[in-house]
Amino acid sequence: MYVTKPTNAPSQVGGAEGGSRYNRREWRLCLLCAVAVVSAPLAAAGQVAPSKSKQDSIARADSIARADSIALVKQLEKELGAGGDTANAPAAQGPRATGGYMNIGFVALTDAGWSSASDIGAIQRGDHDPHVNGFTMPNAEISLDGAVDPYFKGFSNIVLKIDSAGETGVELEEAYALTTSLPANLQLKFGQFFAEFGRQNPQHPHSWAFVDVPLVLARMFGPEGLRSQGLRLSWLLPTPFYTEAMVAVMNPTGGTASSFRSPDSPDIHGGVLDDRPINSLGDMLFVPRINTSFDLTETQTIVLGGSAAFGPNNSGPSARTEVYGLDAYWKWKPAAAQAGFPFLSLQTEWLWRHYDAAQRAAESDPLVTLPAEVLRDDGAYAQVLWGIKPRIVAGLRGEVAHGNGSAFISEQRINQSRISPNLTWYPTEFSKFRVQYNYDNRRDIGTDHSIWFQFEFLLGAHAAHKF
Amino acid sequence: MRLIQLCKGIGIALVASFVVQSTAAAQIRVVATTPDLAAVAREIGGDRVNVVALAKPTEDPHFVDAKPSFIVTLNRADALIDGGAELELGWLPPLLENARNGKIAAGAPGRIVASEGIRLVEIPTSFDRSKGDIHSLGNPHFMIDPLNVKIVARNIATHFAQIDPKSAATYSANLSKFNTRLDTKLAQWQQQLAPYKGAKIVTYHRDFPYLAQRFGLVTLDELEPKPGIAPSPAHLAQVIGKMKANNAKVILVQPFQNRKTAETVARQTGAVVIDAPQQPGAAANASTYFDSMDNLVRAIASGLGAQK
Repeated sequence: MYVTKPTNAPSQVGGAEGGSRYNRREWRLCLLCAVAVVSAPLAAAGQVAPSKSKQDSIARADSIARADSIALVKQLEKELGAGGDTANAPAAQGPRATGGYMNIGFVALTDAGWSSASDIGAIQRGDHDPHVNGFTMPNAEISLDGAVDPYFKGFSNIVLKIDSAGETGVELEEAYALTTSLPANLQLKFGQFFAEFGRQNPQHPHSWAFVDVPLVLARMFGPEGLRSQGLRLSWLLPTPFYTEAMVAVMNPTGGTASSFRSPDSPDIHGGVLDDRPINSLGDMLFVPRINTSFDLTETQTIVLGGSAAFGPNNSGPSARTEVYGLDAYWKWKPAAAQAGFPFLSLQTEWLWRHYDAAQRAAESDPLVTLPAEVLRDDGAYAQVLWGIKPRIVAGLRGEVAHGNGSAFISEQRINQSRISPNLTWYPTEFSKFRVQYNYDNRRDIGTDHSIWFQFEFLLGAHAAHKF
Repeated sequence: MRLIQLCKGIGIALVASFVVQSTAAAQIRVVATTPDLAAVAREIGGDRVNVVALAKPTEDPHFVDAKPSFIVTLNRADALIDGGAELELGWLPPLLENARNGKIAAGAPGRIVASEGIRLVEIPTSFDRSKGDIHSLGNPHFMIDPLNVKIVARNIATHFAQIDPKSAATYSANLSKFNTRLDTKLAQWQQQLAPYKGAKIVTYHRDFPYLAQRFGLVTLDELEPKPGIAPSPAHLAQVIGKMKANNAKVILVQPFQNRKTAETVARQTGAVVIDAPQQPGAAANASTYFDSMDNLVRAIASGLGAQK
């Protein structure tokens, strides 16, 4: 109940990251909405924000009404002598009836560093990677979550980021509801969300063990990862060990559906976009996944997964893309770990893509026709994390990505590799310092060295980390 | 198409899942977040229940990994006992989100909030993380006060009777038996610690205030400068000074806390470091709540006694 069970302002909510760029007017609108969303619970918590807009005054009126009802219920409780056990009266939770119906968190990343590459964006392809010599604010994220009602939980991540030109972009990175009470171990998710493909794609930058997105994920899923609007059905299988099967049906269109119908696809296939409509279910993006886990011993756990993504691409009227992935995660943590340390973990993902490019007019010169061809790419990364002692983690990641020869030479599809050692210090769970060195090697371009520092702080609720 | 085959496969597996679920076990399946809650549940449930704990007895209950196997355990549970005071905040919510088990949803008879009715101490009046990682509902380490455990036992018995009314009489009888034994034991523990009333203790984390309160001990300071913040040399120097000035001679540490830090302080102050696990099962010979408390009280009494 609202009054007697005050939820805590500081508790949990997760990290997140980013999406498509909006023009200035749109992002101001988004910002206004975000402010309205955030100010309502703040006002309810008694910290009435200065009333500048209509939203604020509505929020304030709400908060006054709520304060009145709290007072009334408190008075009634007094009169009725609520409390149960006389010897051990319930804890007095007096001044803390803040009544937050949702957890609110804010997490901000700051990167700083230098790279020998003249085209940093070509080796740091992720939108939440550092992308200039100097400072980058690649991800400042407001996360909201809570129970909608007895049947749904709601989550949202609103990301602000400053691009290499210094412009702020806003994106509705995720906004989805999750069912809590479907029968037969089923669960539905709907809204805008990261596709559950592999391990890292659905993770927000806050949970990343490195400052940047793996090469192969940026190649397959673009700068912001694979996410879209859709519906995901998941089923927890009745096996003795954990096995979850899921399938998402999503829109195949937009900058966050990179291997499919993205406006940026000419960077992959070099052709003029074929803007066909969605005519049937087959024109949607399907993302099935199966994930299983075993506890090898009391102190060791392994998680294995297989994912795929099938959907149309925009190189021609019936061209399609298939992406497949396998992932594994192993972790050891001793039985008497101190604050979760020491630990050792290994994570690896291997992805491959079959991109069916139709015969198409070249974007650079429509008089040139590019032949129908299959663009094949694959890549993998493997990373080891060693939690040496409380709050200190050393990491090492190695990665490769390849693309086959094609009529259009895409700079996104060249063969490349990278080795990245790093060290992270977490003063607490709410802040971190990270330093990372990247040794990049691109075929025909050569090697580059980069050093990146990262600082993160987190306010408010902090989402519990998934395994 | 692949998709159709996938759908068929899911359909077949669905049917199989109903078959599996219809073969219900006779015992009620109880999951407790920590071993102390599990130990009390075993006393109340007896042979009517099958109890498993998620956290290991030697593990820091604030930092448990949300392993996928726990999702399965929670999915098949008839009841879940959690502390209800944010101790498990860092790992239980994502497990519950994926467990899809209405029986243990908040407010359901199968969801047993152990701390319900307990007067928690150290409830913060403001939320400020510069004061460390404070728990907004109060100190969650309440299970080492036997009188709190009485409330927990009653909560558990009440819910067990709701979930499994046929065995209500058994649970009620077990509760009486448990309370009687607890009364006897509490008197014994109080007697053991009576000579040390007012003695100063130092702990690693702020995890013994309930014990200090119940047995008349005084917590002088913690090795952590603030809850959840690692000890700093400057703070330890202060603690050492304070211990010398106040003649504090024992430092309590749990298995997952840094014993070396405590030993360093002990060397400087002539104090003894006492291994003080709060969780049953942390020591091989102490799987029940009573055994575990017996060990704890004996260790503290002998530590304080050695200094007399």
